[in-house]
Amino acid sequence: MRKKTGLSWLWFAIGMVYFFLPLLATFLFSLRGKKGVLSFVAYEHVFKDPQFLRTFGFSLEMAILTVILGLVLIVPTAIWVHLKVPKAKPFIELLTLLPFVIPPIILAFGLIKTFSRPPIVLVSSPLLLVAGYIIVAFPYIYRSVDAGLMAMDLRGLSEAAQSLGSSWITLLFKVVLPNLRTALLSATFLTLAIVIGELTLALILAWPAFGPYMALMGRNLAYEPAALAILSFALTWGSIGLIQLLTRGARDKGAKLGAVTH
Amino acid sequence: MTAPVERDGAAPECESVPGPRANIPHRYRKKASFAWLGLLPFLLFVFIFMVIPAAGIVTGSFQDANGAFTLANVRNLFRANIISSYLITMKVSATTAALGGVLGFLIAYGISIGGLPRPLRAFMSTFSGVASNFAGVPLAFAFIATLGRVGLVTVLLRTLLGIELYDTGFNLYSFWGLSLTYTYFQIPLMILIILPALDGMKKEWREASENLGASTFQYWSKVGIPVLLPSLLAAFVLLFGNAFGAYATAYSLTGGLINLVPILIGAQIRGNVLHDANLGYALALGMVVVMTMTIAIYSWLQKLSSRWVK
Repeated sequence: MRKKTGLSWLWFAIGMVYFFLPLLATFLFSLRGKKGVLSFVAYEHVFKDPQFLRTFGFSLEMAILTVILGLVLIVPTAIWVHLKVPKAKPFIELLTLLPFVIPPIILAFGLIKTFSRPPIVLVSSPLLLVAGYIIVAFPYIYRSVDAGLMAMDLRGLSEAAQSLGSSWITLLFKVVLPNLRTALLSATFLTLAIVIGELTLALILAWPAFGPYMALMGRNLAYEPAALAILSFALTWGSIGLIQLLTRGARDKGAKLGAVTH
Repeated sequence: MTAPVERDGAAPECESVPGPRANIPHRYRKKASFAWLGLLPFLLFVFIFMVIPAAGIVTGSFQDANGAFTLANVRNLFRANIISSYLITMKVSATTAALGGVLGFLIAYGISIGGLPRPLRAFMSTFSGVASNFAGVPLAFAFIATLGRVGLVTVLLRTLLGIELYDTGFNLYSFWGLSLTYTYFQIPLMILIILPALDGMKKEWREASENLGASTFQYWSKVGIPVLLPSLLAAFVLLFGNAFGAYATAYSLTGGLINLVPILIGAQIRGNVLHDANLGYALALGMVVVMTMTIAIYSWLQKLSSRWVK
């Protein structure tokens, strides 16, 4: 048994090195902006660059729009599926796999083809970008809300509320949504983390977003990109760490995180 | 992309009450079909912004520049440079799925049944959630700072061991560099996918087989591997697809030095290389076919493994 534990530690250590070494290297690299000394000058440059604030602001705006519109579209749908058409569940779950089959690069290509000519011309509207982001974020939002709904007795709650005379609106806002708070928060942070640094859709649809800005910096500068990587890692880590903190109690219900976007 | 961590398909509320359906009054049955209308806004959205664009790619692959039907684009997919592009993408995907899969499995095994302390497990699943999302541009920068020409590891190897990494044929911007970079998000994804399967391995099975006199080898060959195999294969397939569709990391790391399929498609859309939109659609179609096969195999394997993993 002892030997087995030792081996387990070894693999764990290798994993940790693989995870942290690049982060450490990036951090050290980001401090080398001034020759000969370690300094935060690269970070200063980043924050002083008006493009940084502009592109980050743009991406933040897109992310917030994606969260709001995505939740408005997906949350009622998920509740409806649970309450009224449980038969549709496998079908919706199948749909959550579609964004995997159609990765962002293909989605962007298709969106350009479809919406750059009549009847609907949308390529010059940021709403098309937001629509694309909603498609990308939909599996994460749906799964998180779905897990939240599974964890509560939706049917019992809704029957209790209705037999006490509450309307659908009251049921939704006073009973269901408060119980979904954690799920909604985790969907929100995950979506923010995914959208703010997203490269592919923004690049292909030609928007001045944070992802393309970072890629451009990478072409031209050395230390500032490292600073950007650290900032963006802090953002992802912050968002997802927060989710884990919020959902700690509910985690036994099953793994609900599983998210990658490249 | 996504690690669809699936639950066993049948939700308890799905089960209909046993009894003759014919007894249900007609108007109630009618009501049930109207309930589907509640899904309409969402389905319409998915249809407009995902199904139609995807269908546009499919139809575009079978059209020439004037919109007439042709098979030329699909035939052009078999040109040597495009075949080699598919092959290198598959090679990167398979290599990183194998590397990430093995390491991810060993780590997950350690924290699940290998005897590492419990708190480490919570930490690891949190960390995997973050690290599997840490991809794209920042990941490329991180690896440039690590294994680039003046990266931390490159310099350390030179000063401490006297090894010139770049003289050994290694280059961050080529196959192995890209594969090591992808592996960074493949390992944590593997941990996230395989942990539930490992949790399904019951201690009692091990104890029972040991009581019956089975050796460690016998336990693994007769019990462990057969139970885990569908999950392992499913995870591998998902990691493969995950790498196959990745664009942002490759774009910001190599800037198109390696002709991966997503890079080729991106270059095509942005009008840099091929200047043949319809060939671009065919390239995209090929990719959708690969991804569809991936997810189909994955779903099938998941169903097999759900017998054990609850």
